[in-house]
Amino acid sequence: MTATLSGRVARTAERPDWRDGKRYLWLIGAVVPMFMFAGWGLVNLTGLGVFWWIGPIFIYLLIPLLDLLIGADPTNPPEDVVAWLEQDRYYRWVTYAFLPLQYVAIFTGFWLMTRNGGLAVIDRLGITFTLGTLNGIAINTAHELGHKKEHLERWFAKIALAPSAYGHFFIEHNRGHHVRVATPGDPASSRLGESFWAFLPRTVVGSLRNGWSLERTRLRRMGKRTASPRNDILNAWAMTVVLWAVLLMLFGIGIAPYLVVQAVFAFCLLEAVNYLEHYGLVRQLLPNGRWERVNPRHSWNNNNVTTNLFLYHLQRHSDHHANPTRRYQALRHFEESPQLPSGYATMIVLSYVPPLWRRVMDKRVLAHYGGDITLANIQPAKREKVLAKYGRASGSDNLAA
Amino acid sequence: MTRYRCEVCGYVYDETAGEPREGFPAGTPWDSVPDEWACPDCGVREKVDFLPADD
Repeated sequence: MTATLSGRVARTAERPDWRDGKRYLWLIGAVVPMFMFAGWGLVNLTGLGVFWWIGPIFIYLLIPLLDLLIGADPTNPPEDVVAWLEQDRYYRWVTYAFLPLQYVAIFTGFWLMTRNGGLAVIDRLGITFTLGTLNGIAINTAHELGHKKEHLERWFAKIALAPSAYGHFFIEHNRGHHVRVATPGDPASSRLGESFWAFLPRTVVGSLRNGWSLERTRLRRMGKRTASPRNDILNAWAMTVVLWAVLLMLFGIGIAPYLVVQAVFAFCLLEAVNYLEHYGLVRQLLPNGRWERVNPRHSWNNNNVTTNLFLYHLQRHSDHHANPTRRYQALRHFEESPQLPSGYATMIVLSYVPPLWRRVMDKRVLAHYGGDITLANIQPAKREKVLAKYGRASGSDNLAA
Repeated sequence: MTRYRCEVCGYVYDETAGEPREGFPAGTPWDSVPDEWACPDCGVREKVDFLPADD
């Protein structure tokens, strides 16, 4: 018998010889909230207020740099250890550990912002964007937790989403996006020719609307009103109301604008990730009127180790869509899945500058479809322009029309 | 009473138990579940993709 870190006992017979090289590196994900404290320390050490901005510095500069230096790891766990890997509770405790740290960081951030008469506005903004970064990454933690079958983990997901007021995400993402991914009707699947800035309002509004309608349908079947405490969107938002009320009572009404800005920044980060995960990719419409099953060719992937450790293998996105309940430590790289030229963190920066994004990505979508751009998910308003640029190949023109 | 399984994630719809959280009380026959209803756990498969579970 062998004790795992969680204190549970795994039977030796099931425990393979194979060792997970990333096992302890996954703890890095739980360290993310500590950046609030690292920033505070660095400000004290150097006297430079720029370190209040450690969150944005971290995702926009440091992670892309580390991805460049450390590079990729495409290795998969052997198929016969996957079941063992998934049941090892150590890995889920690593995700749970994120939550208390997240909340401690939030309260510390607003305390630092307001103590002794408060910081200058520029420094307050630094803390705001650092908290926004942290709560944006927390949406990814919520994503990992919210996909699980266990009630407790779904409840944890709501807690991680409360600071960013994005509680509707775990409904719409699991029951909406995963059903309609890479189809023209999915608000969270971006289209070729659609800039991030055009995608942002479409996904924010569309996902909210769709999540609400999913809950309304479910509650109607149960014979309940939409405005019921059983409404998972309303009870997730209620957590936000409670958290924000406590913060406002403790630190004053003056933090209200910063509270709102950090939430908006947090969900904009998530939506940038949504933007790059399925850009231009689309499932074929079958003769029976259904969309072909989602397969590895419908998500953009990346194997850069650093980003993968911070995002719980989110970049192994094809396997995630093929097996949404599969735990992060067991997600696999597929050879046939399209690969982004760099990690999600770098691609987020690129997505903010549409001409740059198009230059890097459009040719990759074209190559993915073997030169037939009509097979891509094209932004309807840009269709003629896209076809003029990349040509109408001999293939069918029946998609995304 | 029959059980139907989602082949992606192993979720099982059991007619005896129904799925009250989804608005299908115990005893709701599979025929009364709408075709477009997706697996409540993974969302990858819809009702028409479920297979009878024999066990």
